[in-house]
Amino acid sequence: MSALAVKNLSKSFGGLRVTSNVNLTVERGERRLIIGPNGAGKTTLFNLITGELSPDAGSVSLFERDITRLPIRKRTHLGMARTYQIITLFARDSIQHNVTLALLGLSSLRWNPFIALARQSQLAAQAREALQRIGLQHLAERPLAQTSYGERRRVEIAMALAQNPKLVLLDEPFAGLSIDERQDVRKLLLAIPREVTIVMIEHDMDVALDLADRITLLHFGEVIVEGTRAEVVADRRTREVYLGE
Amino acid sequence: MTSRSIGACVAIAVALVALPYAIKEVYYVNIASQILLYAIFALGLNILVGYAGLVSLGHAGLFGIAAYIVAYLLSSGHGHAVAIVTALVGSLAATAGFAALSLRATGISFIMITLALGEIIWGLAYRWISLTNGDNGISVATRPAPFGFALGDARSFYVATLIVFLLAVAAAAIFVRSPLGAALCGTRDQPRRMNALGYHVWAIRFWAFMFSGLLTAIAGILFVYYSEFISPQALALTASAEALLMVISGGAGTLLGPIVGAALVVIVKNVASAYVERWNFMLGAIFVAIVVFMPEGLVPGAMRLTRSLFRASGRRKAAPVAAEPRP
Amino acid sequence: MTFWLLLTVNSVTFGGLLFLLSAGFALIVGLMRIPNLTHGSMFMLGAYFGTTLLSGTLGIRFSFWLAALIAALEVAVLGALMERLLLRRLAGQQLAQVLVTLGVSFMVADLCLMGWGGDPISVATPPGLAGFVRVGSAVFPLYRLAVIAVAVVFAIALWLMLERTRLGAMIRAGVDDPQMARVVGIRVSQLFTIVFALGAGLAGFAGMIGGPILSVYPGLDQDMLPLALVVVILGGTGNLLGSFVGSIIIGFIYNFGQALLPELAYFILFLPMVLVLVLRPQGLFGGQIL
Repeated sequence: MSALAVKNLSKSFGGLRVTSNVNLTVERGERRLIIGPNGAGKTTLFNLITGELSPDAGSVSLFERDITRLPIRKRTHLGMARTYQIITLFARDSIQHNVTLALLGLSSLRWNPFIALARQSQLAAQAREALQRIGLQHLAERPLAQTSYGERRRVEIAMALAQNPKLVLLDEPFAGLSIDERQDVRKLLLAIPREVTIVMIEHDMDVALDLADRITLLHFGEVIVEGTRAEVVADRRTREVYLGE
Repeated sequence: MTSRSIGACVAIAVALVALPYAIKEVYYVNIASQILLYAIFALGLNILVGYAGLVSLGHAGLFGIAAYIVAYLLSSGHGHAVAIVTALVGSLAATAGFAALSLRATGISFIMITLALGEIIWGLAYRWISLTNGDNGISVATRPAPFGFALGDARSFYVATLIVFLLAVAAAAIFVRSPLGAALCGTRDQPRRMNALGYHVWAIRFWAFMFSGLLTAIAGILFVYYSEFISPQALALTASAEALLMVISGGAGTLLGPIVGAALVVIVKNVASAYVERWNFMLGAIFVAIVVFMPEGLVPGAMRLTRSLFRASGRRKAAPVAAEPRP
Repeated sequence: MTFWLLLTVNSVTFGGLLFLLSAGFALIVGLMRIPNLTHGSMFMLGAYFGTTLLSGTLGIRFSFWLAALIAALEVAVLGALMERLLLRRLAGQQLAQVLVTLGVSFMVADLCLMGWGGDPISVATPPGLAGFVRVGSAVFPLYRLAVIAVAVVFAIALWLMLERTRLGAMIRAGVDDPQMARVVGIRVSQLFTIVFALGAGLAGFAGMIGGPILSVYPGLDQDMLPLALVVVILGGTGNLLGSFVGSIIIGFIYNFGQALLPELAYFILFLPMVLVLVLRPQGLFGGQIL
C-alpha cells in the first residue's frame, strides 16, 4: 500500500498552470525529496496534498483512501502532518503551549469547555516529551517570539511530529538556518521512526540529498525527473533545469 | 489559580457583597447593579472580541431580544419563570442565527454583517409596533422573587445581580482556561494553522458565539428587570458601541478588562449626564481617544506598567485590542 | 394605478439618492477596506449645512443648488481632515479605523444636535422645481424627477471618471491590489484622502438633495448608514454598477415595504442581504475583503 498517491494533479490560477499533470507515488516509510528551482510549484503541490488548495483535476490518496475532497482538518486526523515555509506559529504563547495545541488538535479534549487545560498533566507530559525530543525542554516556558529562528523551526517540526503522523510533509525545513542549526534539524529528521513516511521539499539539494531515498524534480509544475539519488543526479535534465535551458 | 489570587477573589467578592450595606444612597447601589449587569454583557462580548478575535457591532440586538421577550411575556400575563426561560431560549436561537450568518466572514466583513443584523433587530423593535409598542417601549411591573426573596428594592436586586455576576465570571473564567478556550485563542491568532492542526475552526467560533450570546442574554434579562422597562433605544447601534467600548477600554482578551471597562463606561455615563447633556459626544470622543492612544485598554496597560515597575525583563507583550483580525 | 406609479417614481428617486450616498461608500470600502461608519453622518451634515446656507450665512442667501454644492464641499473638506488627522495615523489597522469612524459618527451626531436642535427641519423644494408634471392622468412631482436626473448625471460622471481619467485608473488599481499599486508608484495614501473626501462630499450632496424629500432630523445618519451598508453588500465594493443596481433595488424595497408592510419594512430591507450572505458569500465584496 502506498502512503501517498497523487494522480494527474493539475491546478491553474487564471491562465497560469502551476501544477501540470503531476503523478507521484510515495511508499510507506519512504523518504522522498521534492526539488526544483524557485517557482517550480513545490509548495503549491504541498498545498494541493494537504487540501489548502483544491485541484482542478486529478486525485490525492492517503494510504489508498481518496482524500481529494476531504477538508484539511480531516486529513490531519487521518495521519497527515505538515510544516510550512513561513513560520506561522503562536508567537505570544510559550513553546510548550504551541506543542500542546498541536497535541490537542487530535484529542477529543479540544471540545471541552469545563476542565482546566493547565491541569491536564498527561497532555503536559506529552508536550514536554516532544520538546525533549528536539532538545528544547529547557525553553518550555519561553514565549515563541523570544526564541531564535532555528529554535522555532525545530518547534515546528516537533509540533508536526507530536501528532504521531503517518505522513509528514516538510516544506523547506532547512531554510534560513545556520550550519549548526542545520545539523540539529538533520539529527531530528534522522531520528524519525522508519514507519513514518516523509516527503520533504528543499530548494538546496546538497543539504537534503543524503536524507532521501527517492527524489522528484519539479519544474514549471511538472515532474521532470524521478528516481533514486544516483539516477536523478546523473540525469542530464536535472542539470538543464538548474543551469537554465 | 494560585492561593494568593483565590484569596484576592474572595476578598473582592466579600467587598462586593457588603457594598449595598455600606453605602447609604440607593442611587449608588443602583449604579453598582448597572455596572454588574453591563459587566456580564461586556464579558459576553469579550468572548468574541478578545478571545475569538471577532468584533461584533450587533450584540445589543441579542441583549435586546432577551429583554423584549421577558417584557412581552410578562405584559401578556405570563409568570417570571416562563418569561426568563423563553427569553434565554429565544435569545440563543437568535444567536445561532446571527452566528450562522456572520461566521461566513471574518475581519471587517464580520463587523459589517453583525452591524447589519443588529440594525435589523433594532428596526423590528422600532417598527413592529403591534408586537413591541415601538418607541413607547414595554414596561415591566414586577420583579421575580426567587426562593421567596423579593427583589423590589435596590439592595435585594443588587445582591441577586451580584450572585448572577459572580456565576458569570466563574463561567467565563472556566471557559477561558479550558481546552476549548485555548483552541478559540488559537483560531484568533492563526486560523489557518489551527485548521491544519485538526481543529474545526468554524465550529469552535460558533460555540464561542453561543456562549457569548448566553451571557449577553443573561445581561439583557437583568437589564429589563433593573430598569423595569425596555425600548428600542437599548438595541440601537449606540448600545452595541457602548458595549464594545467597555470591552476595549478595559482591555479585550482579559477577564478583568471588560469588568473594569463596564465600570468605567457606566460611571462616566452617569456622572457625565449629570453635567453634560451630550453623552454621545463623550462616548465618541473616548472611543477615538482609546483607539488612537491606548488600543490595548486599561487593564493590560496597567498590568504592563506594574510589571515593568517590578521586573526588568521577560514580560509578555500584551495583545493590542485593535489587533488586526486575520481573514 | 396612479398610486403604484407614484410609488415607483418615489422608489427610483430614493434609489437615486441612495446611489449618491452609496457610491462613495462603495469606493471607500473597496479602496481603503473599511466600512466608513461616518457615512450617514456626512449625509446628515450636508443636509444641515445646506439648510443653514439656504436660510442665509454671512449675509448671503444661497440658491438651492449652490447651497448643495457648497455644503458638499464643506463635508468633503471635513472628510479629508478626518482621513488625514485620524485615519492616516492608523494606516494598516483597519479595525482601529472602523472604530474611529464609529466614534466620530457619535461626535458628529451630538454636535449636530447642539448646532441645529432636536426638531426636524424641512427643506423647501427649490422654486423652479416645485411643480408637477402631468403624464396622462398621473401627476408626478417635478423635483423627484429632477433628483433622478441628477443621480443619473452623477452616475455617468463617476463612471467616466473611473474609466477614463488617470485618477480613476489609480483608484481602480488601488481597489484591485493596493500593494501592487504602491509598487507601481501610485501615492496610495494621497489617493485615500482624495477618495474619502470624494465619498464624503457625495454623501453630503445627497443629504442636501434629499432634504426636500426626507427633511433633516437627528437620527437621519442612523437611518441612512444601514441602507448604504446593504446596498454595498448587495452590489459589491468598489463597484459602481453594483451600487447603482443595488440602490435601485433597495429604493424599491424600501418604498414598497413602507407602503405595504410598514411594520416589517425594515426587516424586508435586509432580507436580500441575508439571502446574498446565505447563498453567495463569496460574491460579496468581489472577494476582496472576505
